Amino acid sequence: MSPDKLVYMANQIGKFFAHKSDEEAIAGIAEHLKSFWEKRMLAEIYGYLDAGGKGLDDRPSRALQQLRQAAE
Amino acid sequence: MGLIHEIDYGTKPGTATRLVHVNIDGQSIAVPEGTSVMRAAMELGTQIPKLCATDMLDSFGSCRLCLVEIEGRAGTPASCTTPVAEGMVVHTQNAKLAKLRRGVMELYISDHPLDCLTCSANGDCELQDAAGAVGLREVRYGYDGENHLDSVKDVSNPYFQFDPAKCIVCSRCVRACEEVQGTFALTIEGSGFNSKVSPGIGESFFDSECVSCGACVQACPTATLMEKSVIEIGQPEHSQVTTCAYCGVGCTFKAEMRGEEVVRMVPYKDGKANHGHSCVKGRFAWGYATHKDRITKPMIRAKITDPWREVSWDEAIAHTAAEFKRIQAKYGTDSIGGITSSRCTNEETFLVQKLVRAGFGNNNVDTCARVCHSPTGYGLKNTFGTSAGTQDFDSVDQADVILVIGANPTDGHPVFASRMKKRLREGAKLIVVDPRRIDLVRTPHVKADYHLPLRPGTNVAVINALAHVIVSEGLVDEAFVRERCDMADFAEWAAFITEEQNSPEAVSALCGVPADLIRKAARLYATGGNGAIYYGLGVTEHSQGSTTVIAIANLAMATGNIGRPGVGVNPLRGQNNVQGSCDMGSFPHEFSGYRHVSDDATRQMFEAVWNVPLSGEPGLRIPNMLDAAVSGTFMGLYIQGEDIVQSDPDTKHITAGLAAMECVVVQDLFLNETANFAHVFLPGSTFLEKDGTFTNAERRIQRVRKVMAPKNGYGDWEVTQLLANALGMHMHYAHPSEIMDEIAQLTPTFAGVSYAALDRLGSIQWPCNEQMPEGTPTMHVGHFVIGKGKFIITDYVATDERTGPRFPLLLTTGRILSQYNVGAQTRRTENKLWHEEDLLEIHPHDAENRGIKNGDWVKLASRAGETTLRAKITDRMALGVVYTTFHHPETQANVITTDFSDWATNCPEYKVTAVQISPSNGPTDWQVKYQHLSGQARRIAVAGAAE
Repeated sequence: MSPDKLVYMANQIGKFFAHKSDEEAIAGIAEHLKSFWEKRMLAEIYGYLDAGGKGLDDRPSRALQQLRQAAE
Repeated sequence: MGLIHEIDYGTKPGTATRLVHVNIDGQSIAVPEGTSVMRAAMELGTQIPKLCATDMLDSFGSCRLCLVEIEGRAGTPASCTTPVAEGMVVHTQNAKLAKLRRGVMELYISDHPLDCLTCSANGDCELQDAAGAVGLREVRYGYDGENHLDSVKDVSNPYFQFDPAKCIVCSRCVRACEEVQGTFALTIEGSGFNSKVSPGIGESFFDSECVSCGACVQACPTATLMEKSVIEIGQPEHSQVTTCAYCGVGCTFKAEMRGEEVVRMVPYKDGKANHGHSCVKGRFAWGYATHKDRITKPMIRAKITDPWREVSWDEAIAHTAAEFKRIQAKYGTDSIGGITSSRCTNEETFLVQKLVRAGFGNNNVDTCARVCHSPTGYGLKNTFGTSAGTQDFDSVDQADVILVIGANPTDGHPVFASRMKKRLREGAKLIVVDPRRIDLVRTPHVKADYHLPLRPGTNVAVINALAHVIVSEGLVDEAFVRERCDMADFAEWAAFITEEQNSPEAVSALCGVPADLIRKAARLYATGGNGAIYYGLGVTEHSQGSTTVIAIANLAMATGNIGRPGVGVNPLRGQNNVQGSCDMGSFPHEFSGYRHVSDDATRQMFEAVWNVPLSGEPGLRIPNMLDAAVSGTFMGLYIQGEDIVQSDPDTKHITAGLAAMECVVVQDLFLNETANFAHVFLPGSTFLEKDGTFTNAERRIQRVRKVMAPKNGYGDWEVTQLLANALGMHMHYAHPSEIMDEIAQLTPTFAGVSYAALDRLGSIQWPCNEQMPEGTPTMHVGHFVIGKGKFIITDYVATDERTGPRFPLLLTTGRILSQYNVGAQTRRTENKLWHEEDLLEIHPHDAENRGIKNGDWVKLASRAGETTLRAKITDRMALGVVYTTFHHPETQANVITTDFSDWATNCPEYKVTAVQISPSNGPTDWQVKYQHLSGQARRIAVAGAAE
């Protein structure tokens, strides 16, 4: 799956929570990703994150890190 | 099984609560005040002769056949127009009345051909019945005088003919067109002896404004307006009540049969969704069921470049199972999946998702709602707690202000649109939010109070602006919000919505709608009484589709327009069973009843009944499946009743994904466009060939009843069962009712649903359980399903699909009345006469700037692709916006649409594509190539040719 597409999708989700505090937004983004993203998509974007995560907005990036930590 | 005869009471039922006692021919009865004498008599079983009266229409009193005598009153009043009064004593038959009726009847018959034996209405003619009832034995006037017997028939309509020689000018057809359909296409031309029914001024039925809904044909008491199928076949001998397989209105029909041949489909008066009305699709466009293009034998091929090879069902199923097992052994458990169909029954979609979850061992199941109303599910679940509309269709009768957003009901949901238009003619106000001037904005006797022609992609901004006015001008229903909603959420939302960026003045620059218009519309919705919102794919098919649904829910909660008849949030579902396919657990993250797969208690319940461990992780959505296919990790797909190549966005992306797979299985009626990329074709069955249920847009579960044997040998549910068993599952349902029993066992909102209950009640709106054993017409009465209604902030985020120098126009897509979805069914009926090709609607100024004239071929190009089609120049388009339909594969409008999608659900952004148009001489290279591929892919090897 194209990392560019996944990054775009993650950033889109982040924009929905623009009016929320950091804490609420990150929790909301993480919950959304957990609920709707298949594991291949998550694995792909985790790998992209490890490679620097270029283009990922700050909040989606932190939400992904939080989600991965919770899964480990 | 015989022919179902519905009682015609002659006039509509009284609705008053006060009862009036009358005596008719010595029998007493109490009926609601306002009931006609004719109806009261019929309720006693006394049929007063009549011709111009029928209970679908308002009383008219023209035929003078239904005369009665009433003690204490002079003369012989018409019983259809005379309301009952307390203590009234009525005589429906005596010598005087008999003589009068015979005299009237004699005059009618003196200008009517006496060809009863060869007449198509023989046996089903009210004129014939009335002549018998009044004891007509002679006609003294002869045929020497002036008459209409040589009048010329109008056979222009493909489905019915008009024979004026048989017309008695009762006006039932004209009144049906006005009162029931609301089109006002028919009139009585001339006066006196020269009076005649006319579909316009010197026009034929086909060329007139007639929409072929069939209401006039149904209302006609003679053979004047008659279905051509009855003329060709003869009168039906038995009938079965079933549900239409076209749009989300879910009309109930009587399938009237002669043997296994459909003679006609007649709308059923007891149908709770349609109350005896129909549209051109459900009423007439069922011929596809026996079209020569239908594939009835299974076929397989090793490569998609090979011709198809017909095989036995055993070989096709064994081959498919072996391929799926091989793929899973090679690429892993998650390498295959399935797509359920919104055209198939609840039972069939339930089985497909069961096959995927329990048989394939993953959650890679999705449905075509992905590309239409998935944002509705997301938005309404998060605000109200339920992924469905809040009302029944009858609710519109009590609406005072109707707000239509991104929907075109007269084309997409025509039978409901007729109800809506009737309410508007009664005085309800109308606000339309749509880039196009849809018919509702200005149609006979209906005119929108406000039309907000917004720029595509700015829905959230406009709805936020409406809410801004409501909050900032103190129009919030504070009592409702305080009692029913989460106040902390409301306070946060109210602070957001009153920010300057959400004001009409700020939003106007984005959306192109004058601020004053937005303010007036907001005030009307908030203060005009019962406010009801109806919306369609113009809301959901955007990058902010889910956000728009949430914004709509916010608007309804803020104004207290939830939880009672006449109000609500009403998604107009596209296909016949979109609601049902979603209810049945077709999404990759949810079991039936919208419960997440990660919920342990729910999953364990399914595991216990299905006797297999289930995955608690969400599976792939359709676009993700195609991405994974290109990446080499998703290699097999079972597609039941969907044509994703034609219906889904960015065709090149879809075809690349399918071409990358090793086993694509298509189960359908026809070799559709997706089948061009398939390795296995399993023939499907029509709604006439199987039992089951559909669930319409108002959550109404209705029976589909088999009226003929499946031409392919199996109902679709049986095919899925064969495949499941070949994969090692143990599915042994003997009848779809057993599948429904399992659905009810596993789905709390369906707990009280069974075929026995459906037969008893006619239909059931879920939730149906111990608390609501007969179903739930109106949701969220007293409290929301979620508890307290949840206001959610809806920031406007502009789509990244932007116009610019290369692509300066915006394309939006939709559908038309005569065609349905990808057109696979309707293109194989006479409906094609109304829409032979997809057209590009262009504003006159945009066309003139490019030197394009009406009917010219134009090239339509976006960054995704290009196609050609003919231009239709119309000022109903906004400047800078063009529109087309996606009904024809030759056009492939989705070559143009992009892969942008809703942030929450990946519902594609069909409604906003930046495009350019230019004059063209012919098809694009892509069209030429695709046409060739399509021809090659549909080759079927002649049996024995290999030897």
